[in-house]
Amino acid sequence: MAEQDNLTEFSKGIFKYNPLFVLVLGICPSLAVTTSVKNGLAMGGAATFVLVCSNLIISLVRASIPREIRIPCFIVVIAAFVTMVELLMKAYLPSELNASLGIFIPLIVVNCIIMYRAESFAYKNKPLASVLDGAGIGLGWTLSLCLVSAIREVIGAGTFFGIKLSKSYNPASVMIMAPGAFIVLGLLLGFFNWRKLRKSETAMKEYMKND
Amino acid sequence: MIKELILIIISMVFVNNFVLSKFLGLCPFLGVSQKTSSAMGMGIAVTFVMTITSVITWIVYNYILLPGDVNIVAKVFPSIRETGLIEVLKTTSYILVIATLVQLVEMMMKKMVPALYDSLGIYLPLITTNCCVLGVALLNTTDSAKHLGFLEATVQGFGAGLGFTIAMLLMSGIRERLALVNIPQPLRGVPIAFICTGLMALAFFGFSGMVQ
Repeated sequence: MAEQDNLTEFSKGIFKYNPLFVLVLGICPSLAVTTSVKNGLAMGGAATFVLVCSNLIISLVRASIPREIRIPCFIVVIAAFVTMVELLMKAYLPSELNASLGIFIPLIVVNCIIMYRAESFAYKNKPLASVLDGAGIGLGWTLSLCLVSAIREVIGAGTFFGIKLSKSYNPASVMIMAPGAFIVLGLLLGFFNWRKLRKSETAMKEYMKND
Repeated sequence: MIKELILIIISMVFVNNFVLSKFLGLCPFLGVSQKTSSAMGMGIAVTFVMTITSVITWIVYNYILLPGDVNIVAKVFPSIRETGLIEVLKTTSYILVIATLVQLVEMMMKKMVPALYDSLGIYLPLITTNCCVLGVALLNTTDSAKHLGFLEATVQGFGAGLGFTIAMLLMSGIRERLALVNIPQPLRGVPIAFICTGLMALAFFGFSGMVQ
């Protein structure tokens, strides 16, 4: 029973509460860094690390944080982990990757997803559940970043993960610039809405038939 | 000098608009842009906080974080004179400055201009987690770009806020019209707002190259 609960805690972040496509949170970095799949993966990994660690710490010390000052406490915990991730990435990842992520690594501090999970989950739940929740939401976000960046990279640069796909394709570079990002995300959100609407319509029809 | 400052403002409003070309501050941009009046209020509040944040983070950066003789902390702890605190404390100190500042602005407004305070309501505390405020602080003090002077940093903060306000106002105008037209069901709400933003960004793209 308990195992089942933990599994749902993890998997809900990927589909049911997907942070980008269902909750529409963390839009700024999702658009800014998704010019290539590599960038998307790096950003997703960094945010997942911060999310898991901050969820764990907040959930461990939640009893001693007074309700009135919880937001500043969350911010300090998150900022500490963001600094760690920033220094780690500077030390171990190639410098061109760091340059393309730029100020969006320190900006993880104000990423609404992390604040939202701290406030609505880690502050109320046990450490293990909070870690799993952080990992699930982080993975869900990373996957959605990969989806957006795959579309943008394939159309906008004609490559996937840095590998050229076709010789004859002339890339539409507007897709890797600002306007393309907004339009791709808008259409993707529309697509997921359309699927949800269609699902609820079929459920309604089934219900009518059985009635 | 004046010419340079004007160029910074034009660059921040049109060429490097925070929302439309740097992807900063999208959450309030989509969340508060349904009505022109609230968009205006949010824009003013953000511009105000961004300008003051630029001032204070510039002072923190130059006199507390950077290594060297002017570092105030180094006078007490001489060991940090060589390294400074820039690597480890940048993000944390900026976000604390912003959080404190927003709280202060909120308290001051409540006492001094209660009418404006009431009209801004919940938007004020939300500015803390608005990424364009932290974004402007970080951009003002990145090591790679040329070292900005005090006045330039302040004007850059103000210009970025102005750019945000203009983008918000344009968007709210579009969304007020969008509420009246027949849009395909799945695209209603946020998706169509994104697509419109994309078209706006395309238009603003025309300004690129105008100012370096």
